[in-house]
Amino acid sequence: MTSTYAVLSEGLEKRFGEVRALRGLDLAVQRGTVCGLLGPNGAGKTTAVRLLTTLLRPDAGSARIAGYDLVREAAAVRGAIAVTGQYASVDGDLTGRQNLRLFARLHRTRDPGGRATELLARFGLTEAADRPASTYSGGMRRRLDLAASLIRRPEVLFLDEPTTGLDPASRSDIWDAVRELKQDGTTVLLTTQYLEEADQLADDIALVDSGRVAHTGSPRELKALIGSYAEVVVADPDVLTQAAGVLDQLTGTEPTFDHERAAVGAVTRDSTLTLPRLVRELDAAGVPLLDATLRPPTLDEVFLRLTADQEVAV
Amino acid sequence: MSTLAFDGTAMLGRQLLRVRNNPALVILTQTMPITMLLFFGYVFGSALAMPGAEYRAFLVPGLLVATAANGIMTGMFQSAQDVHRGVTDRLRTLPVSRAAVPLGQAVADTIVTAAGIVPFLLVGLAVGWRVEGSATAALGAVALLLLFRFACTWIGIFLGLLTKSEEAAGQLGSATFMLPLLSNAYIPTDNLPGWLRTLAEWNPLSAVATALRDLFGNAPVPDGASWPVAHPVAGSLAWCAVLLAVFAPLAVRRYARA
Repeated sequence: MTSTYAVLSEGLEKRFGEVRALRGLDLAVQRGTVCGLLGPNGAGKTTAVRLLTTLLRPDAGSARIAGYDLVREAAAVRGAIAVTGQYASVDGDLTGRQNLRLFARLHRTRDPGGRATELLARFGLTEAADRPASTYSGGMRRRLDLAASLIRRPEVLFLDEPTTGLDPASRSDIWDAVRELKQDGTTVLLTTQYLEEADQLADDIALVDSGRVAHTGSPRELKALIGSYAEVVVADPDVLTQAAGVLDQLTGTEPTFDHERAAVGAVTRDSTLTLPRLVRELDAAGVPLLDATLRPPTLDEVFLRLTADQEVAV
Repeated sequence: MSTLAFDGTAMLGRQLLRVRNNPALVILTQTMPITMLLFFGYVFGSALAMPGAEYRAFLVPGLLVATAANGIMTGMFQSAQDVHRGVTDRLRTLPVSRAAVPLGQAVADTIVTAAGIVPFLLVGLAVGWRVEGSATAALGAVALLLLFRFACTWIGIFLGLLTKSEEAAGQLGSATFMLPLLSNAYIPTDNLPGWLRTLAEWNPLSAVATALRDLFGNAPVPDGASWPVAHPVAGSLAWCAVLLAVFAPLAVRRYARA
């Protein structure tokens, strides 16, 4: 097992009747990193995870997980992974402790009861340990799901939308757990609809759109792909057009207006454009400025832009 | 094989914990056949040509078999619920023997059924049912009944994995209610029109009910019956073997299918 990739897939395809859920998914996740599969609902993220965790059989393509062939060595793959997601859940009829003991036994843990107690404490579930899991709050349930995945340290952990529907405090608990796992050397592949989540956790982000990986890169690289965003707010709405003209010249892209705020902004890939220069040029043109910003785009802006480009390309 | 035994035992433990955590549900399930025994035994019993006490002794084995056939619905409901709640997928991603999960479920269900037989037979004794034959034969009857339940549960597990729908399992509940009506579980088939009698006697429930009556010594094997009823023990064993041979592999394959 010398491969540097914990997950390596080539051309994975899956079709459900007429629907082509995956149309050739290529994914490479380095060992010990966190990879975020980011995309809207229906992009194919969940199908991708279900394929990569042996729950579905690919129609075409191949993948190696922790060095094992996904199809031919499915049992070995299962021995190396753990999965947490909306569809792969613990048993609500059992208590938290009973669930963890069951999974510990199935993992051949020497002391299932002790391991369960340990994990309950680590995830702040000691008090609720002997209540049926069906009575847990969303956040507790998700922590128990995650604890069940960590009975034995997996080589690759798959988290399918681990924080969807959680309150901010519970979300940050899950984030902390993921960061800890990464420090321990576990490879994590997580899907999310939240750009902030991918930005916070992922070393690499794969933007998934229409069953394919549209772009891959670090959060910084993806942001650099569409450059910076310059925006100015003017004192007098009448000079907005004039300000837009200056922005157009400086950035070479068509500015977008926000008339309500008397603001105009434009994307720039020009790295020589600095905030002082922006202010100087506008001042020289006699535009009365109230505010000026030059910042990296948010992942939301990146995502909207890149997927919009895709649609144009199709 | 040792993997299967270990994982199967773990899954069996899980199912029994579910029962322990939901005693109300189990008690409710167990009171149903008792209610039917009292209801049928006294309402139908007073309308039939057969004396009431004799009918109730005839009915006890019939209701045992009808309850065993409910394993189809119970098995279907449980496995559909597991699929629906994501427990099945979680288990599928573990390095666990593929047959262990359905096997654990079927064995647990059979154990719960065995426990439920006791209160039912106590009520049976109270309304006039007796073991008229040998104790060995009576134990054989119970073993046969549990084997039949085990086979029925596998049918249910397969259907549950196939439909993945708890609603469908509920709908099937009405269908399994019909099964004993078209058998000799509640009434003797001797006086049915020829074709209907043949149909009812080829219902697996008829063979098992007749075998139970024979082994408990409650009623003789009827004359001129179709083969499974005329040879009730062999017929019951054959039915169980066929059902298991068909549905256990189907269920395991369905479970393992990625």
